[in-house]
Amino acid sequence: MTDMAVESAHMAQADIPLDRAKALSAFKLGDVSFYWLTRISAICVLLILGGIIVSLIIGAWPAIREFGFSFLFTQRWAPSAQPTPVLGALGPIYGTLITSFIAMLIAVPVGLGIAIFLTELCPMSLRRPIAMAIELLAGIPSIIYGMWGFFVLGPFLANSVEPAIIAFFAPIPILNTIFAGPASNLSLFNASLILAIMILPFITAISRDVFATVPPVLKESAYGMGCTTWEVARNVMIPYTRVGLIGGVMLALGRALGETMAVTFIIGNSFRIEPSIFAPGTTISAAIASEFAEADGVHQSGLILLGLLLFVLTFFVLTCARLLLMRIERKAGA
Amino acid sequence: MNPIYASRRRKDIIIRGLCVAAAAFGIGWLTLILGSLLWNGLSSLGLNVFTQMTPPPGVKDGGLLNAIVGSLIMTVIGVAIGAPLGMFAGTYLAEYGRHDKLSSVIRFINDILLSAPSIIIGLFIYGAVVVPMGGFSAFAGSLALAVIVIPVVVRTTEDMLALVPTALREAASALGLPRAYVITRIAYKAARAGLITGILLATARVAGETAPLLFTALSNQFWSVDLTKTMANLPVTINNFVNNPDPNWKSLAWAGALLITLSVLTLNIVARYVGAERTPK
Repeated sequence: MTDMAVESAHMAQADIPLDRAKALSAFKLGDVSFYWLTRISAICVLLILGGIIVSLIIGAWPAIREFGFSFLFTQRWAPSAQPTPVLGALGPIYGTLITSFIAMLIAVPVGLGIAIFLTELCPMSLRRPIAMAIELLAGIPSIIYGMWGFFVLGPFLANSVEPAIIAFFAPIPILNTIFAGPASNLSLFNASLILAIMILPFITAISRDVFATVPPVLKESAYGMGCTTWEVARNVMIPYTRVGLIGGVMLALGRALGETMAVTFIIGNSFRIEPSIFAPGTTISAAIASEFAEADGVHQSGLILLGLLLFVLTFFVLTCARLLLMRIERKAGA
Repeated sequence: MNPIYASRRRKDIIIRGLCVAAAAFGIGWLTLILGSLLWNGLSSLGLNVFTQMTPPPGVKDGGLLNAIVGSLIMTVIGVAIGAPLGMFAGTYLAEYGRHDKLSSVIRFINDILLSAPSIIIGLFIYGAVVVPMGGFSAFAGSLALAVIVIPVVVRTTEDMLALVPTALREAASALGLPRAYVITRIAYKAARAGLITGILLATARVAGETAPLLFTALSNQFWSVDLTKTMANLPVTINNFVNNPDPNWKSLAWAGALLITLSVLTLNIVARYVGAERTPK
């Protein structure tokens, strides 16, 4: 049967037998080359990461050789010191960690609050527009936030808010060094606040997505037992989504640690570590952004080494975040 | 009322109030930012912004023409390099290697790249392109943007292709279509809206990127469309203008910021609109 069918097909195309073979081989060639095209593109993603690591290490090598581990523990940043430049990463590392910490301290509770508001309290008709507005705001480039912080928020904080805070904490021991004056347009606190505003939409969007994975039945049974909204949020939604929430928060932390343009204008670029959060400081990314174009030699290499440190730090945080988020994805899929 | 009920109720009301306050607080900040952006941007936005070059300090006139054109050129080249590469890589992850070991590693690395600090990408391109080529260039800037585009497009392509029903592919395979043709003729067509959405979102993402351009494309005060030289671009121009006390520069910076924000928001909204076209089906 099949032989006959093949034969008749042959007969029908007897005048163009070569074309069929040619078409089939063209098909095959296209098939194989498309496969390799996609595979090589996929491997490119790995090569990019490899390239980033290798080029950072090569660029940072002179500084690593020059300073070694003392780079991590030195506060002094004097690229033009004589006879040899002295570079230490302690100031930028401190600034990066402290600004991210304060930003998370503000943005996480507010972001979670907005997410709970959007999933449980907000009238249905407002939910979509507000959620969409927040997602759109997450896409605004960070230089806009930085510029606004520099022109509007910084002067406002320095003139109206910070003097009051400083006066309030002045009589309390310890706290009066953390909140010590003078108030300034450029400070760690201002940078933290801008960072917080910037990652707020991000945290809200992720926690809303994560809250959406809670099965309605669970919430409904809790409400059915007479739980209040707060009790449902606290005892059902948050425990159910705990892993995903932590993952989302760490993702936001990764973003805050590496954020450049939002903080560069407003942090003051001072490499000295001061106990007051109203004092100017710097972050790793702000230091790179403001000095790299004019730097050369060991100074430039030191900045690349700072970049390498930042990359290692964010890589670690993001890896934890992704592993946690993968766990909740598996749970949602199951 | 039972005192336990009363205290539970009180607590609930307080927390609800705090949630509403959080929402008002968050949305308040964001409206404030957009408001002052519109206010300052619109008042300094004139025809001169689109027709004149960036002025030297102290000069009253001037616009952002060279920066706008430079940004367009670099964004287009960056997306033109990054989007196909990302699409093919995403295709591999979704179609050929959905379950193999290599794919899960690539997927993980891609997610890391997706949120890697963009200034690191700038340092990478500086070391990999600017130094070997012997100077800052618009081409290096475009490559830096391409590196940011790739992970975004990989992710959306993979997600969108995963939504295409397997039955469609099986039907095409049953007709004797080779795998590559099943993907390009059937799966791509079915996922077209989603793929375009991904590319638009990636474009929106790089349109306002500043950090990776700071030391790759640098910026240029003059008109230049030469890819091997430094090229003016909006974000870095804004960056330079903000750092200067010149009032004319300040108002041009606001105008530029407004332009960037509007284009990014428009791209995002168009992307959403295109993406929403097929979801109801």
